[in-house]
Amino acid sequence: MKCRKCGEPAVLELRRHNAAFCAPDFLEFFRNQVREAIRKHRMFTKDELVLVAVSGGKDSLALWDVLIDEGYRTTGLYLDLGIFDYSVESKAKCERFAAARDVPLMVTAVRDEVGAPVPVIKEVTRRPPCSGCGLSKRYLMNRVALEHGIPVVATGHNLDDEAATLFGSVMHWQTDALPRQSPALASTHPKLVRRVKPLYRLSERETAAFAFLRKIDYIVEECPFAEGATSIAHKEILSRLEDASPGAKHNFLFGFLDRARPAFERAEAVVLNECLRCGQVTTGTICAFCKLADQVKRRVS
Amino acid sequence: MKVILRNPRREVAVTGNRRIKDILRELDILPETVLVICGDDLITADQVVRDDATIELRPVMSGGSQNDPR
Repeated sequence: MKCRKCGEPAVLELRRHNAAFCAPDFLEFFRNQVREAIRKHRMFTKDELVLVAVSGGKDSLALWDVLIDEGYRTTGLYLDLGIFDYSVESKAKCERFAAARDVPLMVTAVRDEVGAPVPVIKEVTRRPPCSGCGLSKRYLMNRVALEHGIPVVATGHNLDDEAATLFGSVMHWQTDALPRQSPALASTHPKLVRRVKPLYRLSERETAAFAFLRKIDYIVEECPFAEGATSIAHKEILSRLEDASPGAKHNFLFGFLDRARPAFERAEAVVLNECLRCGQVTTGTICAFCKLADQVKRRVS
Repeated sequence: MKVILRNPRREVAVTGNRRIKDILRELDILPETVLVICGDDLITADQVVRDDATIELRPVMSGGSQNDPR
């Protein structure tokens, strides 16, 4: 198989693009996709500081690598979930990544903010671990950005993540979730920072290939709590579809973004308040994060 | 040939010079769900790997919370 651009031996075939690339041309293809995402959605400028949420996985570290190389001003944020050796190892990988590139990395421990690490939150709430984990991450990413005056948070969500989320929302017709699914969410309240996903045009396999070719030391092992997660089941279904019909995931997501999302956007009307406890944004009076922290502290103390 | 799989990490033996595409089919692995690594290189599914080689089929799927930083 030959590279579509230069004719040299290819290292990666991208069936959805009916193409294959050598390593240098694939890296350039990848960076071009990120540039296009940032440009099209006006995600951020080179004058702004970007908070890059990193987990030690391939996606977030690949994103950070591209943004640094492109000359963006970035600060990493690692949220320590306290998930046994998995968190110890993933944190070490983020710290080594940041040190090697001489870029700042902030670390916030869920244990300090909620009152217990994710494994204990899972036991206390008796909900799937991804539930309390995701809630804590969204809250803390926004709060840390606000506290440091950073206007935008970038996450490593890729095309597969976005297609799987969309699939889950459509399966349950969660019409309130559909308008919020976007590569770039604007700030709709003075205490909500912008949230952007510069990798949304790239598949999971493409981000893994980029990380490998760039020799990024990322955590390959799966989060021990991810087994059985609904999002994984949805990804497996979509991968079967993709195998039978290359481009299926891309068409599903991009078709929604281009043609369906605007209709749901108009239907959304949500009143935003400030949490009486912490002052962060909520649709109620006490935010879900404070309720979670209360629940955990009652059970742990 | 030695084939390294992950999550959980394990090894399987495959005999003879084989095309990657055929190995993936035999192991019931979708090509889009793994990187095929041979030494320091990525290789495409049409390539034939020698019997004495070692390859890694590294999964690319990550999951859990749909809104977490990956």
